[in-house]
Amino acid sequence: MSYGERTRTIYQQQLNEIREAGLFKQERFIHSPQAADIEVEFPSGADIKKVINVCANNYLGLSSHPEVVRAAHEGLDQRGYGMSSVRFICGTQDIHRELEQVVTEFLGTEDTILFPSCMDANAGVFEAILTKDDIMISDRLVHASIVDGMRLCSAEHDTYKHGDMGHLEQKLQQWKDKRLRVIINDGVYSMDGDTAKLDEIVKLAEVYDALVFVDDSHASGFIGKTGRGTHEKCGVVGKMDIITTTFGKALGGASGGCVSGRKEIVEMCRQRARPYLFSNAMAPVIIAGVLKAFEILNRSTELRDKLEENARYWRKGLADAGFILKPGDTPIVPVMLFNAKLSQDFSRDLYAEGIYAIGFFFPVVAKGQARIRTQISAGHEKHHLDKALEAFIKVGKKYQILGKTAEEIIAMYGM
Amino acid sequence: MEDLKDVILEYVIAEYASEDDKLTYDTPLISGGLVDSFSMVSLKRFLEVKYKISIPDEDASPEAFDSVNKIADLVKRFTG
Repeated sequence: MSYGERTRTIYQQQLNEIREAGLFKQERFIHSPQAADIEVEFPSGADIKKVINVCANNYLGLSSHPEVVRAAHEGLDQRGYGMSSVRFICGTQDIHRELEQVVTEFLGTEDTILFPSCMDANAGVFEAILTKDDIMISDRLVHASIVDGMRLCSAEHDTYKHGDMGHLEQKLQQWKDKRLRVIINDGVYSMDGDTAKLDEIVKLAEVYDALVFVDDSHASGFIGKTGRGTHEKCGVVGKMDIITTTFGKALGGASGGCVSGRKEIVEMCRQRARPYLFSNAMAPVIIAGVLKAFEILNRSTELRDKLEENARYWRKGLADAGFILKPGDTPIVPVMLFNAKLSQDFSRDLYAEGIYAIGFFFPVVAKGQARIRTQISAGHEKHHLDKALEAFIKVGKKYQILGKTAEEIIAMYGM
Repeated sequence: MEDLKDVILEYVIAEYASEDDKLTYDTPLISGGLVDSFSMVSLKRFLEVKYKISIPDEDASPEAFDSVNKIADLVKRFTG
């Protein structure tokens, strides 16, 4: 079929609808390595501006860490650029298996399988291990990649109210006759920054004979005393049946992900998970970088300790200034503005002040819950946080929201 | 008809709402962000079991499930 005017018009109309709905995403071009200080071209063609980044998933500051970069160079030299194969044909090097073993030990599981991304891990795992005789019960706020994975799976699915253990128990009772039950959660919820109650979930799983799945992408490397993740924070290491996580955030920030957990489940993924079977093996250069990231974390908790302190300082600074924050103790600190347009105006004004932070609104978050999501890093120094706080307070004063209640802000700007 | 709407409203409140939500027959459920399309499946399942009907996927659109009134209309179509 030729790409004629009729076809072009169809897509142009759809794109216009996205623009009119205020949902058109425009990318900003960064001209420097990922870090606390970055150089940004925005809008396209504008002069490059030096800004402080408070919206990256670079929680441990490893994205441009000199040791990680050096290890990646060495990996490139020693194992080449690409594998030109899926894992099971001729795409598995010694370092792929080494990384799987390192992840297994770090997370306290039985085995691990690498995927090109955590999106792929979540897309593939359910279909690989469940049948139509099973039930997947997910928290209502799980990541979109989990929802996509559940849609691809023949098992039935149901959801429970976010973090509501009573509702989860009702669902477990309702589905007690299924062959397998899987309780599905994020470890740290990316838009709110709150944490799954994995200790309570494990207890329910034991009572109702269910498997526990957690996506710890926003936790692996820094949540818990030694950064193992949400299961460490909740005191249930060794009791997770399935952990998925990414290497694209705290663990070097390049790409790649995994399924880690019970050895039979991992083996089922190796035999059946389609994104694993039909995608190229992870590039050696990335494997080498991720291995170094784990080596750094196994050596010391210095980075996650600094991140914890930075996040505490940032949260207290914003709260003392009179902003409304989503409660939590993770490096994800959402500043609540409620109104969608206000969140976009606020983000634009922060950028003018040299702070790069993004406003989120419906449908990414619930209606009337628009916010600036800030994400703190061990790569931030105190001067970064102080400058960012200064900018937030200046813009907060401009919009007269400091010290105001949610009702007062909504009365001023609407939902 | 009021009974049907009340049954649906009661289920929607228990299944999806929080204490702060004040729901009526006309409250937009999906376009209003209270119920996401993925979670809607439990409501469809409830209706099918409760009223012994089968709602084809093509009829179970987000628009058809967007308020208690619309859901009641949908159920009536299948219960005759």
